[in-house]
Amino acid sequence: MIDTYTTAPNRAEAGLLARFADNERWLSRVMLAPAILYIVLLVGFPFLLSLFYSLSSVTVASREIHFVGLENFRRIVESGTFWLSLKNTILITVISQFFVIVFANILAMALLVDFRVKWFVRFLVLLPWVAPISLGSIGWLWIFDSIYSIINWTVRVIGLFGPNFWPIWLGQPDLAIASIIIVNVWRIVPLATVIVLAGLTSIPKDIHDAAAVDGAGFWRRHFQITAPLIMPITLVALLFGIIFTFTDLIVVFVLTRGGPYDQTQVIASWAYFTGIQGGDLAGGAAISLFLFPVLVAVAVLFLWFARRAEVT
Amino acid sequence: MNPVLARARMVGTRAGHAAILVFFVTFLAFPFYWMLLTTFKTTQDLHSTTNNPYLFNDPPTLHHLRVLFNDTQFLQWLLNTGFVGAAVVIITLVLAVPAGYALARMTGAWAQTLGIGIFLTYLVPPTILFIPFARIIAVLGLQDSLWSLVLVYPSFTVPFCTWLLMGFFKAIPRDLEDAALIDGLSRFGAFVKVVMPISLAGMLTAVIFAFTLVTQEFVYGVTFITSSSSYTVSVGVPTFLVRGDVYFWGSMMGACLIASVPIAIIYNFFVDRFVVGFTVGAVK
Repeated sequence: MIDTYTTAPNRAEAGLLARFADNERWLSRVMLAPAILYIVLLVGFPFLLSLFYSLSSVTVASREIHFVGLENFRRIVESGTFWLSLKNTILITVISQFFVIVFANILAMALLVDFRVKWFVRFLVLLPWVAPISLGSIGWLWIFDSIYSIINWTVRVIGLFGPNFWPIWLGQPDLAIASIIIVNVWRIVPLATVIVLAGLTSIPKDIHDAAAVDGAGFWRRHFQITAPLIMPITLVALLFGIIFTFTDLIVVFVLTRGGPYDQTQVIASWAYFTGIQGGDLAGGAAISLFLFPVLVAVAVLFLWFARRAEVT
Repeated sequence: MNPVLARARMVGTRAGHAAILVFFVTFLAFPFYWMLLTTFKTTQDLHSTTNNPYLFNDPPTLHHLRVLFNDTQFLQWLLNTGFVGAAVVIITLVLAVPAGYALARMTGAWAQTLGIGIFLTYLVPPTILFIPFARIIAVLGLQDSLWSLVLVYPSFTVPFCTWLLMGFFKAIPRDLEDAALIDGLSRFGAFVKVVMPISLAGMLTAVIFAFTLVTQEFVYGVTFITSSSSYTVSVGVPTFLVRGDVYFWGSMMGACLIASVPIAIIYNFFVDRFVVGFTVGAVK
Protein backbone atom coordinates (compact mmCIF):
# COMPACT_ATOMS: atom_id res chain seq x y z
CA MET A 1 0.00 0.00 0.00
CA ILE A 2 2.83 2.34 0.94
CA ASP A 3 4.93 1.43 -2.07
CA THR A 4 2.38 2.98 -4.41
CA TYR A 5 3.06 6.32 -2.78
CA THR A 6 6.84 6.05 -2.79
CA THR A 7 6.82 5.55 -6.51
CA ALA A 8 4.56 8.52 -7.09
CA PRO A 9 6.08 11.07 -9.52
CA ASN A 10 6.66 13.81 -6.94
CA ARG A 11 8.87 11.43 -4.96
CA ALA A 12 10.95 10.29 -7.89
CA GLU A 13 13.90 12.59 -7.22
CA ALA A 14 13.72 12.22 -3.42
CA GLY A 15 17.10 11.72 -1.81
CA LEU A 16 18.34 8.75 0.14
CA LEU A 17 17.18 10.19 3.46
CA ALA A 18 13.69 10.84 2.16
CA ARG A 19 13.47 7.33 0.73
CA PHE A 20 14.60 6.05 4.08
CA ALA A 21 11.92 8.11 5.84
CA ASP A 22 9.40 6.47 3.55
CA ASN A 23 10.44 2.87 3.90
CA GLU A 24 8.04 1.62 6.49
CA ARG A 25 10.04 -1.45 7.41
CA TRP A 26 13.27 0.41 8.09
CA LEU A 27 11.55 3.37 9.64
CA SER A 28 9.81 1.25 12.25
CA ARG A 29 13.08 -0.49 13.12
CA VAL A 30 14.91 2.80 13.51
CA MET A 31 12.11 4.21 15.65
CA LEU A 32 12.05 1.15 17.89
CA ALA A 33 15.78 0.64 18.23
CA PRO A 34 16.64 3.39 20.79
CA ALA A 35 13.93 2.29 23.23
CA ILE A 36 14.85 -1.37 22.95
CA LEU A 37 18.56 -0.59 23.29
CA TYR A 38 17.90 1.44 26.45
CA ILE A 39 15.81 -1.35 27.95
CA VAL A 40 18.39 -4.02 27.07
CA LEU A 41 21.21 -1.93 28.57
CA LEU A 42 19.34 -0.87 31.72
CA VAL A 43 17.23 -3.93 32.45
CA GLY A 44 18.79 -6.85 30.59
CA PHE A 45 22.41 -6.08 31.35
CA PRO A 46 21.97 -5.44 35.11
CA PHE A 47 19.91 -8.60 35.33
CA LEU A 48 22.68 -10.68 33.78
CA LEU A 49 25.14 -8.91 36.06
CA SER A 50 22.95 -9.88 38.99
CA LEU A 51 23.12 -13.53 37.94
CA PHE A 52 26.89 -13.24 37.64
CA TYR A 53 27.26 -11.51 41.03
CA SER A 54 25.21 -14.17 42.73
CA LEU A 55 27.84 -16.73 41.68
CA SER A 56 30.76 -14.56 42.76
CA SER A 57 32.38 -13.05 45.83
CA VAL A 58 31.84 -9.39 44.93
CA THR A 59 31.52 -6.81 47.71
CA VAL A 60 31.08 -3.04 47.58
CA ALA A 61 34.82 -2.50 48.07
CA SER A 62 36.36 -5.50 46.27
CA ARG A 63 38.47 -4.96 43.18
CA GLU A 64 38.82 -8.56 42.14
CA ILE A 65 35.81 -10.76 41.65
CA HIS A 66 36.17 -14.46 42.23
CA PHE A 67 33.81 -17.09 40.95
CA VAL A 68 32.45 -19.13 43.85
CA GLY A 69 29.76 -21.24 42.21
CA LEU A 70 26.65 -21.81 44.27
CA GLU A 71 28.37 -20.91 47.55
CA ASN A 72 26.18 -17.82 48.09
CA PHE A 73 23.00 -19.79 47.56
CA ARG A 74 24.21 -22.49 49.97
CA ARG A 75 24.85 -19.81 52.60
CA ILE A 76 21.39 -18.29 52.04
CA VAL A 77 19.46 -21.55 52.16
CA GLU A 78 21.23 -22.51 55.38
CA SER A 79 20.33 -19.22 57.03
CA GLY A 80 17.26 -19.09 59.26
CA THR A 81 16.60 -15.49 58.21
CA PHE A 82 16.10 -16.63 54.62
CA TRP A 83 13.30 -19.04 55.46
CA LEU A 84 11.71 -16.46 57.74
CA SER A 85 11.91 -13.80 55.00
CA LEU A 86 10.45 -16.17 52.44
CA LYS A 87 7.63 -17.13 54.80
CA ASN A 88 6.90 -13.46 55.59
CA THR A 89 6.98 -12.47 51.92
CA ILE A 90 4.53 -15.20 50.93
CA LEU A 91 2.30 -14.62 53.96
CA ILE A 92 2.13 -10.87 53.40
CA THR A 93 1.44 -11.28 49.68
CA VAL A 94 -1.25 -13.96 49.99
CA ILE A 95 -3.22 -12.37 52.84
CA SER A 96 -2.98 -8.82 51.51
CA GLN A 97 -4.02 -9.82 47.97
CA PHE A 98 -6.97 -11.79 49.29
CA PHE A 99 -8.28 -8.65 50.97
CA VAL A 100 -7.36 -6.51 47.97
CA ILE A 101 -9.47 -8.60 45.61
CA VAL A 102 -12.46 -8.76 47.98
CA PHE A 103 -12.30 -5.03 48.79
CA ALA A 104 -11.70 -3.99 45.18
CA ASN A 105 -14.75 -5.91 43.99
CA ILE A 106 -17.00 -4.40 46.66
CA LEU A 107 -15.69 -0.87 46.17
CA ALA A 108 -15.86 -1.08 42.38
CA MET A 109 -19.51 -2.16 42.59
CA ALA A 110 -20.22 0.79 44.86
CA LEU A 111 -18.47 3.20 42.49
CA LEU A 112 -20.36 1.88 39.47
CA VAL A 113 -23.53 3.61 40.64
CA ASP A 114 -23.81 7.35 39.98
CA PHE A 115 -24.07 9.58 43.01
CA ARG A 116 -23.23 13.12 44.02
CA VAL A 117 -19.58 14.01 44.84
CA LYS A 118 -18.48 10.85 43.06
CA TRP A 119 -15.41 12.55 41.59
CA PHE A 120 -14.31 13.60 45.07
CA VAL A 121 -14.82 10.11 46.48
CA ARG A 122 -12.80 8.71 43.60
CA PHE A 123 -10.03 11.22 44.29
CA LEU A 124 -9.89 10.22 47.98
CA VAL A 125 -9.96 6.53 47.10
CA LEU A 126 -7.08 6.92 44.63
CA LEU A 127 -4.81 8.87 47.00
CA PRO A 128 -2.94 5.87 48.47
CA TRP A 129 -2.00 4.67 45.01
CA VAL A 130 -0.75 8.01 43.68
CA ALA A 131 1.08 9.26 46.78
CA PRO A 132 4.69 8.08 46.96
CA ILE A 133 4.67 4.76 48.84
CA SER A 134 7.46 5.85 51.16
CA LEU A 135 5.45 8.90 52.24
CA GLY A 136 2.22 6.95 52.68
CA SER A 137 4.14 4.47 54.80
CA ILE A 138 5.48 7.34 56.93
CA GLY A 139 1.87 8.37 57.52
CA TRP A 140 1.16 4.85 58.77
CA LEU A 141 4.31 4.88 60.90
CA TRP A 142 2.76 7.80 62.75
CA ILE A 143 -0.62 6.03 62.96
CA PHE A 144 1.08 2.93 64.44
CA ASP A 145 3.26 5.00 66.82
CA SER A 146 3.95 3.20 70.08
CA ILE A 147 2.90 6.13 72.31
CA TYR A 148 0.63 8.35 70.21
CA SER A 149 -1.12 5.76 68.02
CA ILE A 150 -4.47 7.24 67.03
CA ILE A 151 -5.86 3.74 66.53
CA ASN A 152 -5.12 2.80 70.13
CA TRP A 153 -6.54 6.07 71.42
CA THR A 154 -9.76 5.59 69.44
CA VAL A 155 -10.20 1.95 70.41
CA ARG A 156 -9.61 2.78 74.08
CA VAL A 157 -12.14 5.63 74.06
CA ILE A 158 -14.75 3.41 72.43
CA GLY A 159 -13.90 0.85 75.12
CA LEU A 160 -13.76 -2.04 72.69
CA PHE A 161 -10.99 -4.01 74.40
CA GLY A 162 -10.95 -2.59 77.93
CA PRO A 163 -8.70 0.09 79.44
CA ASN A 164 -5.47 -1.92 79.33
CA PHE A 165 -5.57 -2.50 75.60
CA TRP A 166 -2.50 -0.80 74.13
CA PRO A 167 -0.84 -2.90 71.41
CA ILE A 168 2.66 -1.91 70.26
CA TRP A 169 1.90 -2.34 66.58
CA LEU A 170 5.39 -2.36 65.17
CA GLY A 171 7.12 -3.84 68.22
CA GLN A 172 5.49 -7.28 68.36
CA PRO A 173 6.36 -9.57 65.42
CA ASP A 174 2.84 -10.80 64.64
CA LEU A 175 1.30 -7.32 64.96
CA ALA A 176 4.13 -5.88 62.88
CA ILE A 177 3.40 -8.37 60.09
CA ALA A 178 -0.29 -7.46 60.38
CA SER A 179 0.62 -3.77 60.08
CA ILE A 180 2.68 -4.44 56.96
CA ILE A 181 -0.28 -6.36 55.48
CA ILE A 182 -2.66 -3.48 56.28
CA VAL A 183 -0.41 -0.93 54.55
CA ASN A 184 -0.05 -3.17 51.49
CA VAL A 185 -3.81 -3.65 51.25
CA TRP A 186 -4.26 0.10 51.64
CA ARG A 187 -1.78 0.82 48.87
CA ILE A 188 -2.99 -1.72 46.27
CA VAL A 189 -6.80 -1.49 46.74
CA PRO A 190 -7.09 1.74 44.70
CA LEU A 191 -5.32 0.26 41.66
CA ALA A 192 -7.26 -3.00 41.84
CA THR A 193 -10.51 -1.05 42.22
CA VAL A 194 -10.05 1.08 39.11
CA ILE A 195 -9.06 -2.01 37.11
CA VAL A 196 -12.11 -3.99 38.25
CA LEU A 197 -14.28 -0.90 37.74
CA ALA A 198 -13.09 -0.70 34.13
CA GLY A 199 -14.12 -4.35 33.73
CA LEU A 200 -17.56 -3.69 35.21
CA THR A 201 -18.13 -0.64 33.02
CA SER A 202 -17.39 -2.66 29.91
CA ILE A 203 -20.22 -5.14 30.58
CA PRO A 204 -23.16 -4.21 28.32
CA LYS A 205 -26.10 -3.02 30.36
CA ASP A 206 -28.64 -5.09 28.40
CA ILE A 207 -27.16 -8.30 29.81
CA HIS A 208 -28.24 -7.17 33.27
CA ASP A 209 -31.59 -5.90 32.04
CA ALA A 210 -32.30 -9.19 30.31
CA ALA A 211 -31.39 -11.16 33.43
CA ALA A 212 -33.53 -8.87 35.59
CA VAL A 213 -36.48 -9.37 33.27
CA ASP A 214 -35.93 -13.11 33.60
CA GLY A 215 -36.31 -12.64 37.33
CA ALA A 216 -32.71 -12.96 38.47
CA GLY A 217 -32.08 -11.05 41.72
CA PHE A 218 -29.01 -8.97 42.57
CA TRP A 219 -26.92 -11.78 44.09
CA ARG A 220 -27.79 -14.26 41.39
CA ARG A 221 -26.95 -11.69 38.70
CA HIS A 222 -23.73 -10.89 40.51
CA PHE A 223 -22.41 -14.41 40.91
CA GLN A 224 -23.75 -15.97 37.71
CA ILE A 225 -23.25 -13.10 35.27
CA THR A 226 -21.01 -10.31 36.56
CA ALA A 227 -18.41 -12.35 38.42
CA PRO A 228 -17.55 -14.69 35.52
CA LEU A 229 -17.41 -11.74 33.10
CA ILE A 230 -14.97 -9.73 35.20
CA MET A 231 -12.92 -12.77 36.21
CA PRO A 232 -10.13 -12.12 33.64
CA ILE A 233 -9.83 -8.46 34.55
CA THR A 234 -9.78 -9.34 38.26
CA LEU A 235 -6.94 -11.70 37.46
CA VAL A 236 -5.01 -8.82 35.90
CA ALA A 237 -5.53 -6.75 39.05
CA LEU A 238 -4.36 -9.70 41.13
CA LEU A 239 -1.21 -10.18 39.04
CA PHE A 240 -0.24 -6.52 39.50
CA GLY A 241 -0.97 -6.77 43.20
CA ILE A 242 1.20 -9.88 43.55
CA ILE A 243 4.13 -8.29 41.72
CA PHE A 244 3.95 -5.01 43.63
CA THR A 245 3.60 -6.68 47.04
CA PHE A 246 5.95 -9.61 46.60
CA THR A 247 8.86 -7.48 45.41
CA ASP A 248 8.24 -4.50 47.69
CA LEU A 249 10.95 -3.18 49.94
CA ILE A 250 9.60 0.22 50.91
CA VAL A 251 6.77 -0.64 53.33
CA VAL A 252 9.00 -2.90 55.45
CA PHE A 253 11.92 -0.49 55.20
CA VAL A 254 9.89 2.44 56.51
CA LEU A 255 7.72 0.65 59.07
CA THR A 256 10.04 -1.86 60.78
CA ARG A 257 13.42 -2.05 58.97
CA GLY A 258 12.89 -5.79 59.26
CA GLY A 259 12.77 -5.61 63.05
CA PRO A 260 12.25 -6.53 65.78
CA TYR A 261 15.28 -8.87 65.40
CA ASP A 262 14.71 -9.61 61.68
CA GLN A 263 11.27 -11.02 62.50
CA THR A 264 9.51 -8.96 59.78
CA GLN A 265 12.25 -9.21 57.16
CA VAL A 266 11.05 -9.93 53.61
CA ILE A 267 13.19 -11.08 50.69
CA ALA A 268 13.60 -7.61 49.18
CA SER A 269 14.45 -5.92 52.48
CA TRP A 270 16.86 -8.67 53.49
CA ALA A 271 18.60 -8.31 50.09
CA TYR A 272 18.92 -4.58 50.77
CA PHE A 273 20.34 -4.95 54.27
CA THR A 274 22.75 -7.67 53.13
CA GLY A 275 23.81 -6.20 49.80
CA ILE A 276 23.76 -2.45 50.29
CA GLN A 277 24.02 -1.78 54.03
CA GLY A 278 26.17 -4.88 54.66
CA GLY A 279 28.22 -4.35 51.51
CA ASP A 280 27.90 -8.01 50.47
CA LEU A 281 26.76 -7.42 46.89
CA ALA A 282 27.09 -11.09 45.94
CA GLY A 283 24.88 -12.24 48.81
CA GLY A 284 22.35 -9.47 48.17
CA ALA A 285 22.17 -10.30 44.47
CA ALA A 286 21.65 -13.99 45.26
CA ILE A 287 18.85 -13.19 47.74
CA SER A 288 17.01 -10.86 45.37
CA LEU A 289 17.07 -13.53 42.66
CA PHE A 290 14.60 -15.50 44.78
CA LEU A 291 12.04 -12.91 43.64
CA PHE A 292 12.54 -13.97 40.07
CA PRO A 293 10.45 -17.19 39.87
CA VAL A 294 7.32 -15.30 40.88
CA LEU A 295 8.06 -12.67 38.27
CA VAL A 296 8.37 -15.33 35.58
CA ALA A 297 5.12 -16.99 36.66
CA VAL A 298 3.26 -13.69 36.51
CA ALA A 299 4.81 -12.83 33.14
CA VAL A 300 3.67 -16.16 31.70
CA LEU A 301 0.13 -15.55 32.96
CA PHE A 302 0.18 -12.07 31.41
CA LEU A 303 1.26 -13.46 28.05
CA TRP A 304 -1.49 -16.05 28.22
CA PHE A 305 -3.98 -13.34 29.09
CA ALA A 306 -2.83 -11.01 26.32
CA ARG A 307 -3.18 -13.80 23.77
CA ARG A 308 -6.68 -14.52 25.01
CA ALA A 309 -7.64 -10.83 24.83
CA GLU A 310 -6.36 -10.75 21.28
CA VAL A 311 -8.48 -13.69 20.19
CA THR A 312 -11.76 -12.52 21.65
CA MET B 1 -44.56 -5.76 45.44
CA ASN B 2 -46.00 -3.81 48.34
CA PRO B 3 -44.99 -0.15 47.79
CA VAL B 4 -43.99 0.34 51.44
CA LEU B 5 -41.78 -2.73 51.26
CA ALA B 6 -40.27 -1.58 47.97
CA ARG B 7 -39.50 1.81 49.47
CA ALA B 8 -37.95 0.26 52.56
CA ARG B 9 -35.86 -1.89 50.31
CA MET B 10 -34.64 1.11 48.30
CA VAL B 11 -33.71 3.00 51.48
CA GLY B 12 -31.89 -0.10 52.70
CA THR B 13 -29.91 -0.39 49.47
CA ARG B 14 -28.95 3.27 49.63
CA ALA B 15 -27.86 3.01 53.26
CA GLY B 16 -25.78 -0.06 52.43
CA HIS B 17 -24.20 1.76 49.51
CA ALA B 18 -23.37 4.76 51.68
CA ALA B 19 -21.96 2.52 54.42
CA ILE B 20 -19.62 0.78 51.96
CA LEU B 21 -18.38 4.12 50.64
CA VAL B 22 -17.88 5.54 54.14
CA PHE B 23 -15.90 2.47 55.18
CA PHE B 24 -13.55 2.62 52.20
CA VAL B 25 -13.09 6.38 52.19
CA THR B 26 -12.25 6.20 55.90
CA PHE B 27 -9.75 3.38 55.41
CA LEU B 28 -8.09 4.81 52.30
CA ALA B 29 -8.09 8.53 53.03
CA PHE B 30 -7.69 8.49 56.81
CA PRO B 31 -3.85 8.60 56.78
CA PHE B 32 -4.03 11.80 54.72
CA TYR B 33 -6.63 13.35 57.01
CA TRP B 34 -4.42 12.53 59.98
CA MET B 35 -1.44 14.07 58.13
CA LEU B 36 -3.46 17.23 57.62
CA LEU B 37 -4.40 17.49 61.31
CA THR B 38 -0.85 16.69 62.45
CA THR B 39 0.70 19.33 60.18
CA PHE B 40 -1.19 22.15 61.87
CA LYS B 41 -1.17 20.97 65.48
CA THR B 42 1.30 22.19 68.07
CA THR B 43 3.93 19.67 69.22
CA GLN B 44 2.58 19.98 72.75
CA ASP B 45 -0.89 19.02 71.55
CA LEU B 46 0.49 16.05 69.57
CA HIS B 47 2.45 14.79 72.57
CA SER B 48 -0.31 14.94 75.10
CA THR B 49 -1.86 11.48 75.45
CA THR B 50 -4.89 12.83 77.29
CA ASN B 51 -5.91 15.21 74.48
CA ASN B 52 -8.46 14.10 71.92
CA PRO B 53 -6.24 13.67 68.84
CA TYR B 54 -9.10 14.47 66.45
CA LEU B 55 -9.44 18.03 67.77
CA PHE B 56 -7.25 21.11 67.84
CA ASN B 57 -6.70 21.42 71.58
CA ASP B 58 -4.32 24.31 70.89
CA PRO B 59 -4.94 26.81 68.10
CA PRO B 60 -3.61 25.64 64.69
CA THR B 61 -0.01 26.58 63.99
CA LEU B 62 2.21 27.05 60.95
CA HIS B 63 5.29 26.21 63.02
CA HIS B 64 5.90 22.78 61.43
CA LEU B 65 5.70 24.10 57.89
CA ARG B 66 8.09 26.92 58.80
CA VAL B 67 10.54 24.37 60.21
CA LEU B 68 10.11 22.24 57.10
CA PHE B 69 10.94 25.03 54.69
CA ASN B 70 13.51 26.95 56.78
CA ASP B 71 15.39 24.33 58.76
CA THR B 72 15.36 21.29 56.47
CA GLN B 73 16.37 20.74 52.86
CA PHE B 74 12.79 19.96 51.86
CA LEU B 75 12.71 22.71 49.24
CA GLN B 76 15.94 21.35 47.76
CA TRP B 77 14.39 17.86 47.65
CA LEU B 78 11.37 19.24 45.81
CA LEU B 79 13.66 20.94 43.30
CA ASN B 80 15.71 17.74 42.91
CA THR B 81 12.54 15.75 42.27
CA GLY B 82 11.40 18.33 39.72
CA PHE B 83 14.76 18.25 37.96
CA VAL B 84 14.97 14.45 37.81
CA GLY B 85 11.30 14.28 36.81
CA ALA B 86 11.74 16.75 33.94
CA ALA B 87 14.88 15.04 32.63
CA VAL B 88 13.31 11.58 32.83
CA VAL B 89 10.15 12.81 31.11
CA ILE B 90 12.20 14.19 28.20
CA ILE B 91 14.21 10.96 27.81
CA THR B 92 11.03 8.92 28.07
CA LEU B 93 9.24 10.90 25.36
CA VAL B 94 12.23 10.81 23.01
CA LEU B 95 12.43 7.02 23.31
CA ALA B 96 8.83 5.96 23.85
CA VAL B 97 6.94 8.12 21.33
CA PRO B 98 8.69 6.75 18.23
CA ALA B 99 8.76 3.23 19.67
CA GLY B 100 5.06 3.31 20.53
CA TYR B 101 4.22 4.56 17.06
CA ALA B 102 6.34 1.92 15.36
CA LEU B 103 4.72 -0.83 17.42
CA ALA B 104 1.26 0.52 16.64
CA ARG B 105 1.87 0.53 12.89
CA MET B 106 3.80 -2.71 12.62
CA THR B 107 1.82 -5.69 11.52
CA GLY B 108 2.31 -9.36 12.24
CA ALA B 109 2.24 -11.52 15.33
CA TRP B 110 5.74 -10.68 16.48
CA ALA B 111 4.92 -6.97 16.73
CA GLN B 112 2.30 -7.83 19.33
CA THR B 113 4.73 -10.13 21.13
CA LEU B 114 7.40 -7.43 21.08
CA GLY B 115 4.93 -4.93 22.55
CA ILE B 116 4.00 -7.27 25.38
CA GLY B 117 7.67 -8.06 25.90
CA ILE B 118 8.47 -4.37 26.37
CA PHE B 119 5.51 -3.99 28.71
CA LEU B 120 6.68 -6.93 30.80
CA THR B 121 10.04 -5.29 31.44
CA TYR B 122 8.05 -2.66 33.36
CA LEU B 123 7.25 -5.42 35.84
CA VAL B 124 10.91 -6.23 36.54
CA PRO B 125 11.14 -4.66 39.99
CA PRO B 126 13.95 -2.37 41.20
CA THR B 127 14.49 -4.84 44.03
CA ILE B 128 15.99 -7.34 41.55
CA LEU B 129 18.21 -4.80 39.79
CA PHE B 130 19.34 -2.38 42.50
CA ILE B 131 22.33 -4.43 43.65
CA PRO B 132 24.12 -4.68 40.30
CA PHE B 133 23.12 -1.05 39.67
CA ALA B 134 24.84 0.01 42.90
CA ARG B 135 28.15 -1.11 41.42
CA ILE B 136 27.42 0.10 37.88
CA ILE B 137 26.69 3.56 39.25
CA ALA B 138 29.89 3.46 41.34
CA VAL B 139 31.95 2.44 38.32
CA LEU B 140 30.41 5.29 36.31
CA GLY B 141 31.27 7.68 39.16
CA LEU B 142 27.66 8.78 39.54
CA GLN B 143 27.14 8.02 43.26
CA ASP B 144 25.41 10.87 45.05
CA SER B 145 24.59 12.48 41.73
CA LEU B 146 21.06 13.13 40.52
CA TRP B 147 22.27 12.01 37.09
CA SER B 148 22.37 8.43 38.36
CA LEU B 149 18.60 8.65 38.82
CA VAL B 150 18.14 10.37 35.45
CA LEU B 151 20.01 7.48 33.84
CA VAL B 152 18.20 4.63 35.60
CA TYR B 153 14.59 5.82 35.97
CA PRO B 154 13.78 5.59 32.23
CA SER B 155 14.35 1.82 32.59
CA PHE B 156 10.84 1.61 34.03
CA THR B 157 9.17 4.71 32.54
CA VAL B 158 10.07 3.84 28.93
CA PRO B 159 8.48 0.34 28.91
CA PHE B 160 5.16 1.47 30.34
CA CYS B 161 4.93 4.69 28.33
CA THR B 162 5.80 2.84 25.10
CA TRP B 163 2.93 0.47 25.80
CA LEU B 164 0.58 3.31 26.72
CA LEU B 165 1.45 5.34 23.62
CA MET B 166 1.13 2.28 21.38
CA GLY B 167 -2.51 2.10 22.44
CA PHE B 168 -3.04 5.77 21.58
CA PHE B 169 -1.42 5.54 18.17
CA LYS B 170 -3.42 2.44 17.31
CA ALA B 171 -6.60 4.45 17.84
CA ILE B 172 -5.60 6.97 15.17
CA PRO B 173 -7.03 5.99 11.79
CA ARG B 174 -4.45 5.14 9.19
CA ASP B 175 -6.41 7.07 6.57
CA LEU B 176 -5.22 10.33 8.11
CA GLU B 177 -1.60 9.42 7.45
CA ASP B 178 -2.37 8.07 4.00
CA ALA B 179 -3.99 11.40 3.13
CA ALA B 180 -0.83 13.18 4.29
CA LEU B 181 1.28 10.86 2.14
CA ILE B 182 -0.77 11.77 -0.90
CA ASP B 183 -0.14 15.41 -0.03
CA GLY B 184 3.56 14.71 -0.48
CA LEU B 185 4.74 14.13 3.08
CA SER B 186 7.07 11.25 3.82
CA ARG B 187 5.98 8.51 6.19
CA PHE B 188 8.12 10.08 8.94
CA GLY B 189 6.84 13.55 8.01
CA ALA B 190 3.29 12.29 8.36
CA PHE B 191 4.14 10.99 11.83
CA VAL B 192 5.64 14.31 12.96
CA LYS B 193 3.17 16.69 11.30
CA VAL B 194 -0.09 14.74 11.41
CA VAL B 195 0.02 12.02 14.04
CA MET B 196 1.92 13.79 16.81
CA PRO B 197 -0.28 16.91 16.99
CA ILE B 198 -3.46 14.86 17.42
CA SER B 199 -1.77 12.60 19.99
CA LEU B 200 -1.03 15.39 22.46
CA ALA B 201 -3.48 13.96 24.99
CA GLY B 202 -1.71 10.62 24.83
CA MET B 203 1.68 12.21 25.25
CA LEU B 204 0.44 14.28 28.17
CA THR B 205 -0.73 11.07 29.82
CA ALA B 206 2.72 9.57 29.31
CA VAL B 207 4.31 12.71 30.80
CA ILE B 208 2.15 12.54 33.91
CA PHE B 209 2.69 8.84 34.32
CA ALA B 210 6.47 9.11 33.96
CA PHE B 211 6.58 12.03 36.41
CA THR B 212 4.42 10.19 38.96
CA LEU B 213 6.67 7.13 38.77
CA VAL B 214 9.71 9.34 39.39
CA THR B 215 8.17 10.94 42.47
CA GLN B 216 7.25 7.50 43.83
CA GLU B 217 10.58 5.77 43.28
CA PHE B 218 12.46 4.96 46.47
CA VAL B 219 14.69 1.90 46.08
CA TYR B 220 17.20 3.32 43.58
CA GLY B 221 17.19 6.68 45.34
CA VAL B 222 18.08 5.22 48.72
CA THR B 223 20.73 3.00 47.11
CA PHE B 224 22.55 5.56 44.94
CA ILE B 225 22.25 8.74 47.01
CA THR B 226 23.81 9.21 50.43
CA SER B 227 24.19 12.96 50.89
CA SER B 228 21.04 14.69 52.02
CA SER B 229 21.31 17.60 49.56
CA SER B 230 20.83 15.21 46.60
CA TYR B 231 17.76 13.40 47.94
CA THR B 232 14.46 13.37 46.13
CA VAL B 233 11.31 13.94 48.21
CA SER B 234 10.33 10.28 48.51
CA VAL B 235 13.78 9.40 49.92
CA GLY B 236 14.58 12.55 51.88
CA VAL B 237 11.46 12.69 54.03
CA PRO B 238 11.56 9.11 55.38
CA THR B 239 15.35 8.91 55.81
CA PHE B 240 16.50 12.37 56.80
CA LEU B 241 13.58 13.57 58.90
CA VAL B 242 13.54 10.31 60.88
CA ARG B 243 17.25 10.19 61.60
CA GLY B 244 18.04 9.81 65.27
CA ASP B 245 15.35 9.22 67.82
CA VAL B 246 13.57 12.51 67.25
CA TYR B 247 10.63 12.35 64.87
CA PHE B 248 9.50 15.72 63.53
CA TRP B 249 5.98 14.43 63.03
CA GLY B 250 4.38 17.77 62.22
CA SER B 251 6.95 18.65 59.58
CA MET B 252 7.05 15.11 58.21
CA MET B 253 3.30 14.94 57.76
CA GLY B 254 3.31 18.37 56.11
CA ALA B 255 6.02 17.16 53.74
CA CYS B 256 4.04 14.03 52.88
CA LEU B 257 0.93 16.07 52.08
CA ILE B 258 2.74 18.66 49.98
CA ALA B 259 4.48 15.95 47.96
CA SER B 260 1.38 13.76 47.47
CA VAL B 261 -1.77 15.77 47.01
CA PRO B 262 -1.02 18.04 44.01
CA ILE B 263 0.11 15.12 41.87
CA ALA B 264 -2.88 13.06 42.98
CA ILE B 265 -5.24 15.80 41.79
CA ILE B 266 -3.65 15.81 38.32
CA TYR B 267 -3.48 12.02 38.17
CA ASN B 268 -7.18 11.83 38.93
CA PHE B 269 -8.00 13.41 35.55
CA PHE B 270 -6.05 10.82 33.65
CA VAL B 271 -6.74 7.67 35.60
CA ASP B 272 -9.01 6.08 33.00
CA ARG B 273 -6.25 6.23 30.40
CA PHE B 274 -3.81 4.48 32.73
CA VAL B 275 -6.34 1.76 33.36
CA VAL B 276 -6.51 1.00 29.64
CA GLY B 277 -2.74 0.51 29.74
CA PHE B 278 -2.80 -1.56 32.93
CA THR B 279 -5.47 -3.91 31.66
CA VAL B 280 -3.27 -4.95 28.72
CA GLY B 281 -5.80 -3.39 26.36
CA ALA B 282 -8.49 -5.90 27.26
CA VAL B 283 -10.85 -3.12 28.32
CA LYS B 284 -11.35 -0.27 25.94
